[in-house]
Amino acid sequence: MLSTVLTALPADSDWINFDVPSLMQNFWSATFDGLTFGAIYALVALGYTLVYGVLNLINFAHSEVFIMGCYAVFFTLSFLGFGPSAPNLGIGAIILNLLLALIAAIVASALTAFLVERLAYRPLRKRNAPRLVYLITAIGASFTIQYLIFLWRGPLPEPALTMFIPTPIFEVFGTIIDSQQIIIVVAAVIMMVVVDQFIRRSRTGRGIRAVAQDPDTATLMGVNKEKIIVTTFIIGGVLAGAAALFYVMKIPSGVQYNGGFILGIKAFAAAVLGGIGNVRGALLGGLLLGLIGNYGQILLGSSQWTDVVAFVVLVLVLLVRPEGILGTSLGRSKA
Amino acid sequence: MNRKKVMTTIATVATLGLLLGGCANQAAAPGASSAGAGGGLNLDVPVLTSIETPKDAVLPAGDGKATCPSTTTLAYIGAETGANAQLGINIFNGIQLAINEHNKSNPGCQVAFKKFDTEGDPTKATGPVTQATKEDDIIGVIGLPFSGESKATGNIFEQVKLVHITPAATNPGLTTNGWTTFFRGLGNDAVQGPAAATFMTKTLGAKNVYLVQDDSDYGIGLGATTTAALGTALIGSDKVTTGQKDFSATISKIMNSKADAVFYSGYFAEGAPFDQQLVAKGFKGAFVGPDGVKDDQFIKQAGDASANAFFTCPCIPGELIPSFASAYSALTNSQPGTYSIEGYDAATVMLAGIDKGNQDRAKLLDWVKNYDASGLSKHYKWDDKGELQAPAVYGYRVKDGKIVPIGAIG
Repeated sequence: MLSTVLTALPADSDWINFDVPSLMQNFWSATFDGLTFGAIYALVALGYTLVYGVLNLINFAHSEVFIMGCYAVFFTLSFLGFGPSAPNLGIGAIILNLLLALIAAIVASALTAFLVERLAYRPLRKRNAPRLVYLITAIGASFTIQYLIFLWRGPLPEPALTMFIPTPIFEVFGTIIDSQQIIIVVAAVIMMVVVDQFIRRSRTGRGIRAVAQDPDTATLMGVNKEKIIVTTFIIGGVLAGAAALFYVMKIPSGVQYNGGFILGIKAFAAAVLGGIGNVRGALLGGLLLGLIGNYGQILLGSSQWTDVVAFVVLVLVLLVRPEGILGTSLGRSKA
Repeated sequence: MNRKKVMTTIATVATLGLLLGGCANQAAAPGASSAGAGGGLNLDVPVLTSIETPKDAVLPAGDGKATCPSTTTLAYIGAETGANAQLGINIFNGIQLAINEHNKSNPGCQVAFKKFDTEGDPTKATGPVTQATKEDDIIGVIGLPFSGESKATGNIFEQVKLVHITPAATNPGLTTNGWTTFFRGLGNDAVQGPAAATFMTKTLGAKNVYLVQDDSDYGIGLGATTTAALGTALIGSDKVTTGQKDFSATISKIMNSKADAVFYSGYFAEGAPFDQQLVAKGFKGAFVGPDGVKDDQFIKQAGDASANAFFTCPCIPGELIPSFASAYSALTNSQPGTYSIEGYDAATVMLAGIDKGNQDRAKLLDWVKNYDASGLSKHYKWDDKGELQAPAVYGYRVKDGKIVPIGAIG
């Protein structure tokens, strides 16, 4: 089937060729870079997944929740004196500054998530609006925030800030792992484990799962549904804020009015790939999407393939497992 | 209560993560990368401080005796907003300066100036161009600045026989469409590509050049001419996408290829994060970009990584022409940017025509076609396709956070 398609295409063009030696040569560096970016996808994907699990709503404004975090990182670090040059500070001072930026990002993102819920979704919920309406307000909220930022900051990205110069830490399979990759992956994975445990073990987590499973019964059992929904949005915002710090660390010129858009779509795809509504699925989906995109690009020899490959894999996975790789929803997660 | 707990936990954990990374930061670095050594490169290229201007240069002021109808209008069509707006701003400020100088010295001929915004986007350019061609008062256009939008709109100009001089579009294919109204006010990429290749291999002494191109008409066209001119010095190439932010796959290939110079055929919006990430991965060689990358925004967005950057450009450093530079700063409160002088010169060609009585579209087209005189930046005489007969390519570099010229190359 595939071979017929390929032979039917014009043979004279070199629009596709498989560069296997290049993939072999770059396999490990592509893996570690893919995991680093995948960890950022995963953190953002959690925001989509949690909200979907609780409300069966795809919060398209989540990419703007994320970008507000990026702006908070930018403003905090500019205020603290960071600039295009790496700061001449000790390790302790850098960590302290990054922590302040992290807190600012978390506050900004969580606040944005809270406001979006308050202004765009809650009024509709009060009036029992049909589900389609939420989709439209979600997209509307996303565009509104995007263009408010555009009007405020203009079309260009903010100037780059260097947090620190990544230093090589150790070498695996001939590939150097640097401090930046370690910080991003380790911190992201730890945060995701904490969220996972929180949802599994804490009282609020039990409430989230109850609402996800059956909101009406949960309400009857004394769960404050509205409070749980707000909490869910805020947790998503907190994680998006953390993702924002790591994103700006990796891509200093990524702070731009529409900078969250593509990343948001990728993160959403990651959530679907891993099984939307599933916390561990978001982690798995994010890491996989980061890896697949990188491998595809190196194998096929141009960045245009990154998204083609990632989304073809997404469709193929969903053909076999329509509910995503890990499948189970938030409400039914084993705990 | 619980919410507080989760926040605290997340914060604590994040601290731990950062600490971990931070401590690791101090660990000794084993086996520093040998890739991108760049040891043999001659990166300390001296800065150019003055250039010669043609002594017989035509200036927009003219003889002061010109007369023309008060409706006479020239237009700029190109980016005023959008990611690559700065280039457009440089150009129309140059045009504005030429028109101001002309109108000030010629009380009997007040030429109006109109601007149409394309955002530099080929899909948005046809609207403004059609609108401009419908305004009969507009007899000449300076634009469009980018290759993609020029390709998309050349036919519209051709249909109404409206003359236009692009001050910045460099894709060689643009003059092969049989258009009689398209003129290029600078060298094209068939000139820039070989000049860039010579600059990298001879001036910088690069032995292994890695070429990365974007997916624009401009990037692909320039990528092809540079690839051909590099010959065996090219050790690999890769393609990136407009709007791309993460270049790790491409960078991993570059680091494994042991390249000592990277040529990025595209615009600064992608070039800046690309160079920044390249340097963050330990690349020690030279980063060379064409005119699309040569922009102050490149330095802002790449940060200190931009110190390794060189540029090639078929543009003349207008900041080194004292009379032009001071008049330009008086108008805009900023130094002339890339293509400011080209915009100024292109406007001068048309203003000189208007002063000589060529005050409708057909006559002005004829005037430009037969033009043979010097502007401030160079001599303007076009062949029958609309290409300049003697273009020049200049080299630039980043020094102390500024883009400075290093002289004619290639």
